[in-house]
Amino acid sequence: MESVMSHENELNFKATELRLGLPGTEISAAKNNNNKRASPEENGSKCVISSAKSSTENETAPAPKAQIVGWPPVRSYRKNNIIQTKKTEHETGIYVKVSMDGAPYLRKIDLKVYNGYQELLKALETMFKFTIGEYSEREGYKGSEYAPAYEDKDGDLMLVGDVPWNMFMSSCKRLRIMKGSEARGLGCGV
Amino acid sequence: MCLFQCIMNYFPEEVLEHVFDFLTSLRDRNAVSLVCKSWYNVERCSRKKVFIGNCYAVNPELVIARFPRFQSLTLKGKPHFADFNLVPHDWGGYVQPWIEALAKNGISLEELRLKRMVVSDESLELLSKSFPNFKSLTLVSCEGFSTDGLAAIASNCRYLRELDLQENEVDDHKGHWLSCFPDSCTSLVSLNFACLKGEVNAAALERLIARCRNLKSLRLNHAVPLETLQKILVQAPQLNDLGIGSFVSDPYTESYFKLKAVLQKCKSVKSLSGFLDVNPRCLPSIYPICTNLTSLNLSYAPGIQSNDLIKLIIRCKKLERLWILDTIGDKGLEVVAATCKELQELRVFPSDLHGVGNAAVTEEGLVAISAGCPKLNSILYFCQQMTNAALITVAKNCPNFIRFRLCTLNPVIPDAVTNQPLDDGFGAIVQSCKGLKRLSVSGLLTDQVFLYIGMYAEQLEMLSIGFAGDSDKGMLYVLNGCKKLKKLEIRDSPFGNMALLSDVGKYETMRSLWMSSCEVTYGACKTLAEKMPRLNVEIINENEEMEGRPKDKHRVEKMYLYRTLVGARKDAPPFVWTL
Repeated sequence: MESVMSHENELNFKATELRLGLPGTEISAAKNNNNKRASPEENGSKCVISSAKSSTENETAPAPKAQIVGWPPVRSYRKNNIIQTKKTEHETGIYVKVSMDGAPYLRKIDLKVYNGYQELLKALETMFKFTIGEYSEREGYKGSEYAPAYEDKDGDLMLVGDVPWNMFMSSCKRLRIMKGSEARGLGCGV
Repeated sequence: MCLFQCIMNYFPEEVLEHVFDFLTSLRDRNAVSLVCKSWYNVERCSRKKVFIGNCYAVNPELVIARFPRFQSLTLKGKPHFADFNLVPHDWGGYVQPWIEALAKNGISLEELRLKRMVVSDESLELLSKSFPNFKSLTLVSCEGFSTDGLAAIASNCRYLRELDLQENEVDDHKGHWLSCFPDSCTSLVSLNFACLKGEVNAAALERLIARCRNLKSLRLNHAVPLETLQKILVQAPQLNDLGIGSFVSDPYTESYFKLKAVLQKCKSVKSLSGFLDVNPRCLPSIYPICTNLTSLNLSYAPGIQSNDLIKLIIRCKKLERLWILDTIGDKGLEVVAATCKELQELRVFPSDLHGVGNAAVTEEGLVAISAGCPKLNSILYFCQQMTNAALITVAKNCPNFIRFRLCTLNPVIPDAVTNQPLDDGFGAIVQSCKGLKRLSVSGLLTDQVFLYIGMYAEQLEMLSIGFAGDSDKGMLYVLNGCKKLKKLEIRDSPFGNMALLSDVGKYETMRSLWMSSCEVTYGACKTLAEKMPRLNVEIINENEEMEGRPKDKHRVEKMYLYRTLVGARKDAPPFVWTL
C-alpha cells in the first residue's frame, strides 16, 4: 500500500468554499469539533477525508466522496459479490437546473434521486439555505418569502406541488426559487 | 485429608465425567478444570469440543496434549479487520499444520469450524482422508481453496452431515465437485454452497437431495436455475432453512407457476436467505412461507424497493432475525417495528458501497425499531446520520443489547441536529445495557465516550473503534475500565505510546489488540515486546521501499499483538515483524 499524501492538507477549504445562500446570509458556524477529526490528515495517516467538514454542514451531498480504505466496514466478500443495480438508475437521471433569485450561479439536481416533493423541497432548502413554507392547494407556500416554481414543457412558470410527482418529473424542465413580491403572484401567503 | 478430598475420592471418574457432560458451555468447563487436579484431569480427558479464538495463541501439539480425546475443533485465524482489507494477503492463518498434527496424533476429528483462515486444497484432501468419522465442515470467510478441495471432501467423507461454506473466496474450477458425492451418501443434514460462483450439475444435485432424507438446511448458489430449485423443493419439503440462489423469472411462465405451487407447501421453512439476484415481481410466491419465518436474510438481494420489502415483511410476524439492505428506509423499519414483535437481531447493510452513499436509513429507523421490538438484543446498523437523542431513546427502550454496532457512513459525522459529538448517545447505551458484550462506535467522538465505556461497560468483551478520541486518555479509560475486555481493535485514532504502555499486563488478559494508523511508535512496540515475553507484538510493514527497520520514533502503521503460549510464529511472511 503506497502512502497517500493528502495534499489537500495545504488547501484552505474555508477560503475557497462556495456558498450559495444569498449575499449577507451566514452559515451557522460549523463547530470546531468537526475540524478535530480532520486531524487524521494532519497526522499523515493514509485516509483522506477531504470533505468531512462539508458533510457536517448539512449539504444534500452526503458522505465523503474520497474512499477510505476499509470504510464503511463491510466484509470484502460482501463488497465484491453484491450485485449493484443502482448504476442503471443513475445512468438515466433527470437533471434540471435550479436557480434562486439573487444567488450568483445555478445548481443542477437529479430529480430521480428524490422520492417525492417532500424530499425535493428539503434538498432545495439545504442546498440554498432557506426555508420553504407549508404547501396548501389554496394558498401555495405559506410562511416564507420564497416559493419553489418550475418551468414546464410549455415554458410556463408553475408552482411546485400541484400535480402528482411523476407528472412533475416528466414535465419539469428547470426549477426556480422565487423570492418576495414576485413570488406573491404564485399564491405565496406572506 | 479434608472432607472435600474424601468426597472427591469417593466419586469414580466416570461419574464426574458424566456430570461434566452436562456442561455445554466452554466457560463452565474451563471453570471446573480449575477446581482441583483430579477435576482438571477428568475434564480435559472428556472435553469433546475445543475452541481456539486465535490459532497462534497455541500450537496443535499443546492442544492435543491437554485434550487427547476431542472431536470438534474451532479455529480462528486472521484479525477481524482483515475483513475490511486492512490485513495484507499472505499474512498467515494456515490450517494445514493443524490438520497434519491431528492426523498424525490419531485424533478422531468429527467437526472442524474455521474462520478467517487459509485453507488449501491439499488441506481439504488431507482432512477428507485422515478422519473416517468426519461429519461436519464449516468454513467462514476463508480462502485459498478451490472446488477441487470440495470434491475431495465430497468423495471421501462417507458420513458427512454438514458442509457449510459462508462467504468464502473460492476458486471455482467449474468441475463436478457436487457430483463427487457417492450414491451411498445419504447422511447430509446441511449443505450451503451459496458463495460458489460456478454451476453444479443440476441432475446430480437433485439426486443428492432426493436421497438425503434428513436434509434440513440447503443454501444454493446463484447458478442454480429456477427449474432445479422447484424440483428440489418437491423432493425436500422437510427443509427448515432455505437459501434461494437466484430468483429471476418471468412471473407468467409455467416454471414460475410450478415453483409458486411448491413453495406453498414448504411449511417447515423457518429460515430464508439468498436472493442473490431477484426479480421483485416474483416475491409474492414467497408470501406463504413468511408466516412461519423466524429468520430472513435479504442483505444480498439487489434492487428490491422499499415497498416490495414492506409487503414481504408485513407477513413475517414471527421474525426473530432480519438482515436487510438500507433500501428498506426508515419507513420500512417502522413497518418492521410494528410487525416483528419477536425480533431479536437486526442487521441493516449499506446498499450503495461504491458511490456517494445515499443511505436510506437514519436515526429515525433505529428509534422506531427500539420502540417496537422489546426483545431486540443484537444490532448492526449502517446509517447516514445519528443523534444523541436517538441513541438515548434507544438505550431506554432496549436495555437488553448484547451486541451493538453502529456505523455512520461518514465516520466522523456529529449529531445531525446539535452538531455535537455522539459521546452522550453511546454513553447512554453502555449505561443502560448492562449485559453489553460487543460494541462498535462511530461518528464524531471525543475521549468522553471512552470514559463512559470504561465506567459502565462491565461485560464488554469486544470493542471496535475508528476515527475517534482526542488523546491517550481515551484508550486508557477503556483499558483500565473494561475488566472483561478480550478484543480491542482501533484504527485511525490519536492513541499513542503512553496509552499502549501504561498497563502492559492487561494484554495478557485479552486475546488481542489491533492498532492501525494510530500514534504508537516502533520504539514503544519494542519496549512492550521486551517487557512481555508471552505476547507476540507483530508489526505489519507495507512500505516496500524501506531498508532495514524503522527508527524508534517512527510511527507504526499497523500493529497486532496477542497473547500466546508458543512464542513468535514461524510462518510469518517477510512483511510481518515479530518484535
